[in-house]
Amino acid sequence: MNASVAHVWSLRRTIAVAAASLALSGCNRGILDPVGPIAAQEKQILINSTAIMLAIIIPTMIATVAFAWWFRRGNTKATYRPDWEYSGAIEMVVWAIPALTIMLLGGITWISSHDLDPGRPLKSDKPPLNVEVVSLDWKWLFIYPDQGIATVNQLVVPAGTPVSFKLTSATVWNSFFVPQMGTMIYTMPRMTTQLNLQADKTGEFQGLSSHFSGDGFPGMQFKVQSLPADQFAMWAQGAHGQGGALDTASYAELSKPSSYVKPITYGAVAPGLFDAIVNDKVPQLHLPQAAPPAKNNSAVPAGG
Amino acid sequence: MTAGTEAPTLGLTHQASEDTGLGHRGPQSKSIVVPYGFWLFVLSDMVLFSALFASYASLVHATDGGPTTSQLFDRKLVAVETMALLISSFVCGLAMITAKRKNMVWTQVWLVMTGLLGLVFLGIELHEFSTMIAEGAGPQRSAFLSSFFTLVGCHGAHVTAGLLWLGTMMAQIWNKGFQEHIMRRLLCFSVFWHALDIIWVAIFTIVYLIGTLP
Amino acid sequence: MFGRLTWDAIPFHEPIPLITSLVVLLAAGAIGIWVWRKGYAPYLWHEYITSTDHKKIGIMYIVMALVMLVRGWADAIMMRAQQSLAIGASQGYLPPEHYNQIFSAHGTIMIFFVAMPFVIGFMNFVVPLQLGVRDVAFPTLNNVSFWLNASGALLINLSLFIGEFSRAGWLGFPPLSEKAFSPGVGVDYYLVALQISGVGTVLTGVNFVTTILKIRAPGMSYLRMPVFCWTALASNLLVIAAFPVLTVVLAELMLDRYLGFHFFTNDGGGNSMLYMNLIWVWGHPEVYILVLPAFGIYSEVAATFSGKPLFGYRSMVFATLAICLISFMVWLHHFFTMGAGGDINAVFGIASMIIGIPTGVKIYNWLFTMYGGRVRFNVPVYWLIGFMLTFVIGGLTGVLLAIPPVDFVVHNSLFLVAHFHQVIIGGVVFALMAGYTYWFPKAFGFTLDERIGKWIFWCWFIGFHLAFMPLYVLGFWGATRRMQHIPDATWAPWLNVAFVGAAIIGVGIALTVVQLLYSIKTRDQRMDVTGDPWDGRTLEWLTLSPPPHYNFAVLPDVHGEEAYWTRKQTAIKQDQLIDEPDYQPIEMPVNTPTGVIVAFFAALCGFAIIWYIWWLAILGLIGAFAIFVWYAWRDEHEHIIPVEEVRHNARERRRIRMEHLHNLSQSV
Repeated sequence: MNASVAHVWSLRRTIAVAAASLALSGCNRGILDPVGPIAAQEKQILINSTAIMLAIIIPTMIATVAFAWWFRRGNTKATYRPDWEYSGAIEMVVWAIPALTIMLLGGITWISSHDLDPGRPLKSDKPPLNVEVVSLDWKWLFIYPDQGIATVNQLVVPAGTPVSFKLTSATVWNSFFVPQMGTMIYTMPRMTTQLNLQADKTGEFQGLSSHFSGDGFPGMQFKVQSLPADQFAMWAQGAHGQGGALDTASYAELSKPSSYVKPITYGAVAPGLFDAIVNDKVPQLHLPQAAPPAKNNSAVPAGG
Repeated sequence: MTAGTEAPTLGLTHQASEDTGLGHRGPQSKSIVVPYGFWLFVLSDMVLFSALFASYASLVHATDGGPTTSQLFDRKLVAVETMALLISSFVCGLAMITAKRKNMVWTQVWLVMTGLLGLVFLGIELHEFSTMIAEGAGPQRSAFLSSFFTLVGCHGAHVTAGLLWLGTMMAQIWNKGFQEHIMRRLLCFSVFWHALDIIWVAIFTIVYLIGTLP
Repeated sequence: MFGRLTWDAIPFHEPIPLITSLVVLLAAGAIGIWVWRKGYAPYLWHEYITSTDHKKIGIMYIVMALVMLVRGWADAIMMRAQQSLAIGASQGYLPPEHYNQIFSAHGTIMIFFVAMPFVIGFMNFVVPLQLGVRDVAFPTLNNVSFWLNASGALLINLSLFIGEFSRAGWLGFPPLSEKAFSPGVGVDYYLVALQISGVGTVLTGVNFVTTILKIRAPGMSYLRMPVFCWTALASNLLVIAAFPVLTVVLAELMLDRYLGFHFFTNDGGGNSMLYMNLIWVWGHPEVYILVLPAFGIYSEVAATFSGKPLFGYRSMVFATLAICLISFMVWLHHFFTMGAGGDINAVFGIASMIIGIPTGVKIYNWLFTMYGGRVRFNVPVYWLIGFMLTFVIGGLTGVLLAIPPVDFVVHNSLFLVAHFHQVIIGGVVFALMAGYTYWFPKAFGFTLDERIGKWIFWCWFIGFHLAFMPLYVLGFWGATRRMQHIPDATWAPWLNVAFVGAAIIGVGIALTVVQLLYSIKTRDQRMDVTGDPWDGRTLEWLTLSPPPHYNFAVLPDVHGEEAYWTRKQTAIKQDQLIDEPDYQPIEMPVNTPTGVIVAFFAALCGFAIIWYIWWLAILGLIGAFAIFVWYAWRDEHEHIIPVEEVRHNARERRRIRMEHLHNLSQSV
């Protein structure tokens, strides 16, 4: 009967080893495979904090099994202390261990929350690329105001250059997330959020929405392409003037509900489109019965 | 029933010196327990209003281009409403006094007055609401107005429920007299009624007074 | 006439809800007919449905929780199956409209109609017994609370075959949950059901705080209460402080949806961030409402089965109250990614970690309770050890999530999903299973079969780890939650392991049913003759199993901590029981149909509101008010149990106790 305790221990050990080896095999993905400074720092904090806590938790887990096993009723070698229920020394230690751990992690939290605040511009000698992001039902619109172009479900960035995002949503909340680049941020209608990221490596990365937004949500995947700076410039210039223009009419068309949308590139963008979207000044057709937003500017009655 | 090696004895054996604090005498009587529980319920209601106040504070400036606080509120009317409610609370207190003395006629008189003054309060409030709605400043106009109507309206709904309760209490007292459990309920009602007063003070301060500051 | 209710509401064209509804209706009908034919209906009406006895009400809560657990698990296995199938080109078998209802129902049911009733059920059954008193402060209100909760559960289940359920998640964030983006009845079902059951829960909070603070056996000062009662107190204080906020925020969403208000809408100045704040101001204390009594259960189990008192009692009390207080100061950690800035994020992150300190202290105190003990490996101890190994990892991942920059990359991912299931299953569910085994004999007079009990444990322990460990990995790989379709085929093996894990948990749940039926059938082999099958330390073990309606013939006199243990040891040492006390007749509250009738009208009103049948809603409200007035008019509140009956029962108990005095522990 008490062999089951030993089973608990050996089973847990087996699971831990298997999990570790499986996990390590995936260390080249997602947030564990950062391509830029933000994601790299976040990964480091994740690993450091986990290690600090495991240093406390693993001995605790071992002690749990060890104490239960040693002090099992059948073990005559263990000393039975039926009235022992308090020890000041032990109390001090058991309060101190979590407290000190939390103090350490708290310090890490304070510093890193400020250093890695999404709105904080990245230190760089290069000027940032500005990208305006709009989450629609159910795709992502990326506007490059300085390049005068826009894309859907495809984000192209120059490697080694900070990207400064301004984000909003046309309909409901979403969350802009490129795991390998780091920090995600909510997109909310009538509001803007800010995000600063950078891809140091070139390549193609996966992007998604990480806040459920309705029936088309799983189709909100997008690709991020990080190109060497000169190739990015070539791409931006090449796109300019090609394909359709993103103006009020084509935006309204785009806003119709659709999912799993293949990448689109717009060679021209109506100026101020992003701000107009934030202020709800652009008609949208995201709902079948959508009416233009009603503005009630009736004369205000005097207090009475 | 003692610990240790003393001979067991009957009944309650606690000496005053053994008092280790609250609860040593066993379960409290109903006349303590019922009002205590009701106070806890009133506390939960206060939390409810706190959440409504928090919503109001967040949304008070979200007027969407529509009417604002200073354009809408009439301090004079609010003053009359407030007096009605305050006096009704006072009169409710008088009803508690006469009820303790088991004076049926005066208790019913003061309770009727409590109810009438409550109705005056509600009447003025409904008038205010309907005027605002007629002027296009209804709760659907803006987030600010939604939160105003909800906060003040929730208080009004509590007053309404209180009046229904009051009517029931008056009937019960008339029918059954001043029995212990009826008195307990009357006490709970008066606690409720006074609590609504306290919330109203917060409302007219935060909503009406601060909202109409120059 | 019937608002927006039409025949289209019945899912004739959707096989899964249709077949499920038919099966449920047939099963419910069959059980109903069986109960009727066997003549159990009057028994059920008098002994349970109209009962004001905290023990019966507790049992009803737990029965409801276990039934809803089956539905919650069914939702889970459907989600796991979908995620295993819908990879690459395949869209699986659940289109988004259905998948999204299923995950919303899964969360709503598990939190509100499994975990909450299960925890409340235990508090109901155990607290008055442990306090050495006859019932809670407001027994009729207790009955009403249960039935209001049941009304909520009924409405949620009705949504399966009349209409649809919400597709906005278990918390219904706007603007998605607003009328514009969720025009159907689903969100309305969600809102109305939770509002009705929420009223019941607040009343429970008031009831239990009053009971614990004002109604205890003579001599039981605060620091002589069992730790489970302290955790029940903290949990119910949180209920009183948090649930009204839920009432407000859901009401505001209802006003938006029903009357066109603009609290959280995209237009009119609405602010959806306000919802996020208010809902989590409730939502975080909610999880502590669940976990604190769970910790209390572990404290009882650890002490009893180690054969020594709980280590560091005062520390545990302090830690409980600290958790209670701090749980109100951490809510923003649920939306670090909303962009509040470094200062605010850091403050809430640190506050969230600080809660880990008293929690860690509790783990160590349980550890040292076992140290120096004689640990008996009954089923509850399996759950205790399983919890101590599982929960600490959940705590680790929780502290990780409390670091904003880490949260920035794992928020809303499967890592998060794994974390909260780890703490809820490892923390709350394991405790509920331990408590179920521990207190079952007190409720029914015989213990559950131990062998099957251990199988159930292993199914949950292994099943849980298989179901959720892969999710941590997937979270690191960028997998977010609530995905009806999986974009990356390399995730498949991990999701398949998770599916197997969920299936094994299902076996565990099935075995729970098997264990119950088998234990009933073979109960003669495991009768709890003395009422103290585990060599217990708290007052509930003083009574026979099951206790009489009034619990104790005479309220026990309490002189120290562990009142029952001291009394038992004294009796064993002196080889005699305490002197026979002077018996008195006992007044107990009468049964009442008020609860079930009020709940009926509440459900009727709720259903009417959901479907816009305004005349019916008003009728429901009038009905509820009328029954309240009818109840208030009754003159008989109590009935008297004659002294002969009290004396007879008490003498029977004393006789049995004397006979088995030196053999009070019947455990293996």
